[in-house]
Amino acid sequence: MMRGLLGGLAKPFTQTAGLARWMLVAGLVLTAAFVVMAVFAPWVAPYGFAQSAADGARFPKAGPPGADHWFGTDRLFFDVLSRTIWGARTALEVVVLSILFCVAIGVPLGLISGYHGGWLDRILVLVMDAVFAFPSFLLAIVFSFLLTNLLGGSVIAVALSLTAIYIPQYFRVVRNTTVSAKEATYVEAARAMGASDGVIMRRYLFGNVVQSVPVLGTLNAADAILTLAGLGFLGLGIQSTDAAEWGHDLNRALADAGSGIWWTGLFPGLAIVLLVTGLTLVGEGLNETLNPTLRRRRLLPVVMPARAETTITGEEQQ
Amino acid sequence: MSRAGSGSLPRYILQRAVLVIPMIWVILTLVFVVLRVAPGDPVSAALGGKLDQQALDQRREALGFNRPLIAQYWDYLSSVVRFDFGTTFSDNQPVLHVIRDNGGATLSLTLAAFLIALLVGIPLGLVAGRYRDSAADVVIRLFGILTYAAPIFFVGFLLQVYVAKPLGLPTSGAASPITVFTVKPVTHILLFDVFLSGNGTAIEDVLKHLLLPAVTLGLLICGVFIRLVRVNILQTMQSDYVEAAEARGIDRGKVTWRHAFRNALVPVITVIGLQFALLLGGAVLTESTFNWPGLGQKLVVYINDRDYGAVQGIVTIFAIAVVLISLLVDIVNALVDPRVRY
Repeated sequence: MMRGLLGGLAKPFTQTAGLARWMLVAGLVLTAAFVVMAVFAPWVAPYGFAQSAADGARFPKAGPPGADHWFGTDRLFFDVLSRTIWGARTALEVVVLSILFCVAIGVPLGLISGYHGGWLDRILVLVMDAVFAFPSFLLAIVFSFLLTNLLGGSVIAVALSLTAIYIPQYFRVVRNTTVSAKEATYVEAARAMGASDGVIMRRYLFGNVVQSVPVLGTLNAADAILTLAGLGFLGLGIQSTDAAEWGHDLNRALADAGSGIWWTGLFPGLAIVLLVTGLTLVGEGLNETLNPTLRRRRLLPVVMPARAETTITGEEQQ
Repeated sequence: MSRAGSGSLPRYILQRAVLVIPMIWVILTLVFVVLRVAPGDPVSAALGGKLDQQALDQRREALGFNRPLIAQYWDYLSSVVRFDFGTTFSDNQPVLHVIRDNGGATLSLTLAAFLIALLVGIPLGLVAGRYRDSAADVVIRLFGILTYAAPIFFVGFLLQVYVAKPLGLPTSGAASPITVFTVKPVTHILLFDVFLSGNGTAIEDVLKHLLLPAVTLGLLICGVFIRLVRVNILQTMQSDYVEAAEARGIDRGKVTWRHAFRNALVPVITVIGLQFALLLGGAVLTESTFNWPGLGQKLVVYINDRDYGAVQGIVTIFAIAVVLISLLVDIVNALVDPRVRY
């Protein structure tokens, strides 16, 4: 069991070569670095995200990078390095929450819709297609406009807005796989043995239809980071005193761009670019190994079995 | 999208056009549910504190908010059918006027961005796909990923700090006040008006203002084109007809140019249409970054004013535009590629 799981996880590595593998590894390293930063933010960051003084001394206002503040400070006296590190935590919280919501809602909906078919299926497909066709960022704006009015600019509100725009993708993938999987012989066999619909969906179909969810989740995570930052930039996300958020910091940095203050925008911006690049590389790497039209398998050295001795000697004798 | 039925073009267009109606209906319903049914009072959100209780009640009544939801829903749908998209709450303007005054700036920005994206994206994608796994491919792919990974406002920030400041390029607005003042509005789209006026300094001024926002937005979409064209080239280069052409001894360069590239570019048309949605979202951010006086920036202003009326009206128009453009793209696609019709 354990071996099978490890083999499955290692598949993207063993089946790729050269460039594809290099990109996958680079993506994993980048992503892992940000996850570590997010999880250990209180220990990694020199100061708190809304801390403007230490040891009784106020930080400089918009001070350039230096020994005390490697990335400088911004106009609110905050340490840019600390806010960049804490920003990783906010991003991780929002993205993980929204993907969990997406899986928790999208997968069961897709399963039920695909399995039962009929009018429920038709309505759900129509609604999901309409949502999917709509510009996702605008939809995120509308949802977070509503949710921040209702719940305040919290992590949950933003995560829910992201959930709303990504659910159709999970629904589609799961529903379409379910439609084709439910005609398979093993499902028919289960039904013949008297398994109920619930059991068939949970025991037999679930495991087969969730396989494409990890790739989707990785690619969505990259997009979600950008959407979160975009919402923050427009002032719809999380307030800067509640948490550090890269997009919001960039919005404040933009006002200083004209006066040549580059450090308040450069570092949070680079953080977004690196994390999104990392996630995209992972997603693309997985996609290239799992999508047969793009796949180029590594050539494995083939060891030919040695010919049996007797035959050789027999040949020699002739 | 049903591909069944006979393969005649008019019939396909008709089938496709009929599908537009339920699509728009679902989106309108969604917009209504999100903005109207959800708890919270739009009138006091937009005007609370600015007007007294009696005036608020009057507004609510005038806007029909005291009526049953189903009646409001019916009003909303029927007014959209009559091309009435409501009025804004905060400054009491018809939404159509907002579109007329700000739509032109968004249109010129998105057109310029598209042009830049196509000019940069398609050649890079072709090269990357043709020379797979070469150094050029690696660099171009990384560039493609970076343009996708870099948020618009970050690219805008970098351009403002490292390009605009040294070169003295403007970073805010669509033109200098003097240009706006002197150019006679004919089409209400400044970019076109300025060319119609034939005023050299005004043209230069407008183009200078357009350059950085268009590059910023263009880079966003150009990454999509690079990825798409590259993957299509990879797939067409593996197809049977390319192999057949090579087997007949046709020169490899000729095969690539005449056979593979042409077919690899067909899906680009579809994707141009799909990018429209991305472009609208990107335009909102670009306009906020560069203070561009377009619809996206206006939408953000109304959002900050908690103006449900304006948000609902603008989003409704965006929704209809997106659905109609996807219809248009499907029709063009059917004209170009007969396989779509069957």
